[in-house]
Amino acid sequence: MSRPQARIARLVAAGALAAFATSAFAQTEIQWWHAMTGALNDRVNEFAKGFNESQKDYKVVPVFKGTYPETMTAAIAAFRAGNAPHIVQVFEVGTATMMAAKGAIKPVAEVMREAGEKFDPKSYIGAVAGYYTSAKGEMLSFPFNSSTTVFYYNKDVFEKAGLDPNRPPATWPEVMAAAAKIKAAGASQCAYTTGWPSWVHVENFSAWHNVPIGTRENGMAGLDTRFQINSPLHVRHWNNLKEWSQKGYFTYAGRRNEAEAKFYSGECAMLTSSSAAQANINRNAKFKYAVAMLPYYADVKGAPQNTIIGGASLWVMSGKKPNEYKGVAKFLSYLADPQRQAQWHQQTGYLPITPAAYDITKSAGFYEKNPGTDVSVRQMMLKQPTPNSKGLRFGSFVQIRDMFEEEMENMLAGKQNAKAALDNAVRRGNEMLARFQKSARE
Amino acid sequence: MEKRVLFRSGWLPYALLAPQLAVTIIFFFWPAGQALFQSLLQQDPFGIDVEFVGLDNFATLFADEHYLASFRVTAVFSVLVASFGLLLSLILAVFADRVVRGAGTYKTLLIWPYAVAHAVAAVLWLFLFNPTLGIVAHWIKGLGIGWDPLLNGHDAMVLVVVAAVWKQISYNFIFFLAGLQSIPKSLIEAAAIDGAGPGRRFWTIVFPLLSPTTFFLLVVNIVYAFFDTFAIVDAATAGGPGQATEILVYKVYKDGFKALDLGSSAAQSVILMMIVIGLTVIQFKWIERRVQY
Repeated sequence: MSRPQARIARLVAAGALAAFATSAFAQTEIQWWHAMTGALNDRVNEFAKGFNESQKDYKVVPVFKGTYPETMTAAIAAFRAGNAPHIVQVFEVGTATMMAAKGAIKPVAEVMREAGEKFDPKSYIGAVAGYYTSAKGEMLSFPFNSSTTVFYYNKDVFEKAGLDPNRPPATWPEVMAAAAKIKAAGASQCAYTTGWPSWVHVENFSAWHNVPIGTRENGMAGLDTRFQINSPLHVRHWNNLKEWSQKGYFTYAGRRNEAEAKFYSGECAMLTSSSAAQANINRNAKFKYAVAMLPYYADVKGAPQNTIIGGASLWVMSGKKPNEYKGVAKFLSYLADPQRQAQWHQQTGYLPITPAAYDITKSAGFYEKNPGTDVSVRQMMLKQPTPNSKGLRFGSFVQIRDMFEEEMENMLAGKQNAKAALDNAVRRGNEMLARFQKSARE
Repeated sequence: MEKRVLFRSGWLPYALLAPQLAVTIIFFFWPAGQALFQSLLQQDPFGIDVEFVGLDNFATLFADEHYLASFRVTAVFSVLVASFGLLLSLILAVFADRVVRGAGTYKTLLIWPYAVAHAVAAVLWLFLFNPTLGIVAHWIKGLGIGWDPLLNGHDAMVLVVVAAVWKQISYNFIFFLAGLQSIPKSLIEAAAIDGAGPGRRFWTIVFPLLSPTTFFLLVVNIVYAFFDTFAIVDAATAGGPGQATEILVYKVYKDGFKALDLGSSAAQSVILMMIVIGLTVIQFKWIERRVQY
């Protein structure tokens, strides 16, 4: 090395050392990648700000990374490049992928234990905690924003159609009787629509009727799980969907939450979608509406059982320094505070994921002032979850959901009947599961 | 006559070529090599558990009837996009070439769509064709035609083709216009004096003289339809309904970037690369012969 170059190298080294030294003495930064937009993004920033002001050692930096899949992909790419964030928010369909990534994540229970932070998985609602707990009983990620599927209906349209606006249809046959009346009276352009077709009409439909989505406790007991959604009950329901669609009672709106806009614009009178849609519906609907529990088939034994969650949880990535993990643990404890959880639930429409948060909200009279906001909670806690209703864990579920929805679309377009659609869904889904099982051997 | 430049220095030609070669190697050969290599691996999204599986990824793909169906969808899509894209822009260019007053304004307006991002273009057309809100959908229904791109595969295909063509017309238009303007006016005037009408003048003089441009645009448009359109499909239909608009490149994107199945996604891009190489060879071997430079 020539002399000037050597001097530059020394300068750079000294600079790096100085930078390192200052950062070591200053706060430890905790990177938190998330996918929350709009008002939810503001809440996330408030959490970080509140935590940063509550102590001096750590600084949580929330970074918005796009949609759920984008956030997850970004975190994985960063992990591959060796600079993963400390905390990443991953949506529920990515859960199996994260769980299978043994060396990439650090179980939340372990993070908390090592940092000496109090953490009781039992303080969470069973159906929520179960979702993120490994087969060995260890809680792997931190429940953050959970929602479930509920039923919304337009009270004004019900009244116009001669239906009782205070008596929502409880079963699927009642929903369709209402749809027939609405249609006959011309009370609205479209009677019933749904957001998230697979989440509502496969996953929650199964849990709500206490029938399995897949073997091995819906995949929660092992990677060798296979789908069972072509049961007679599933075929019956999908066949009904097809028939209702042909009669004009059911309008298909797309694979994501497009249906919500159809509901709050007044086009459709009934909707099944995420409980977290309520904030948006509240803001946009210019009519009276109400929230009710998801419809079911009354003749199915044990129905209704309980619904399962969607939404996302926070994962801690591996390969960080002990001191940083301590900060992560402190921050998660901060988030777990029942008061904060209750506030989050009330402001966003996400589920209160601990009974304590529910009690606080209830005793504050929130549910009386905002009718319908407790439907999702009651639905989740209706009964003790069974192996069929405590959640699901399928690898490659992002793709598989697409496949289910493709088969449903082909069915609704008249290309196949319900049995063929569900048989195809099972076959194609199982091929993906086998592939995932192979790539993620334990 | 053969043109030849002689360099006296031994290294200068290499040095002059080096930047271009470096760009080609870093941005084309290296990623293509990576894709080839990854197509032989199966790995979990995090790259912790990587296994060499030989041609397994390819075997899985070709055993999947939905992947094979995607070829047909891609063929239909590409032919529609390339033919309508070329035809409409040629018509527009011919007319824009004849405009006397305000030509600049017309040209600017026609070039405008090129500055719009793919996803934005798709969302724009999605709105226009939205069965509930869209004004175009309203007109279509007014004509008594059913319109439902959410469940009808043909309607969805029309939607993505329209968005993809609209996006590409500007590019084609610029080249056609430049091509038209480089045709000597004297040729056309001579033909006019000889009594050839506008149609005859176009087919016997203008169109043959435009053939190098047309050929170039054909290659570019096919490549565009094959590779550049996934953002449009993603924003407009996400491949649905069923798999009616799931073109090959969209599946590469979906499996690789959304589903994180890198092995399969890499195998698909290798297949796609082969197809486009094949198509380009065919175009140069068979169609270029009929091009008059």
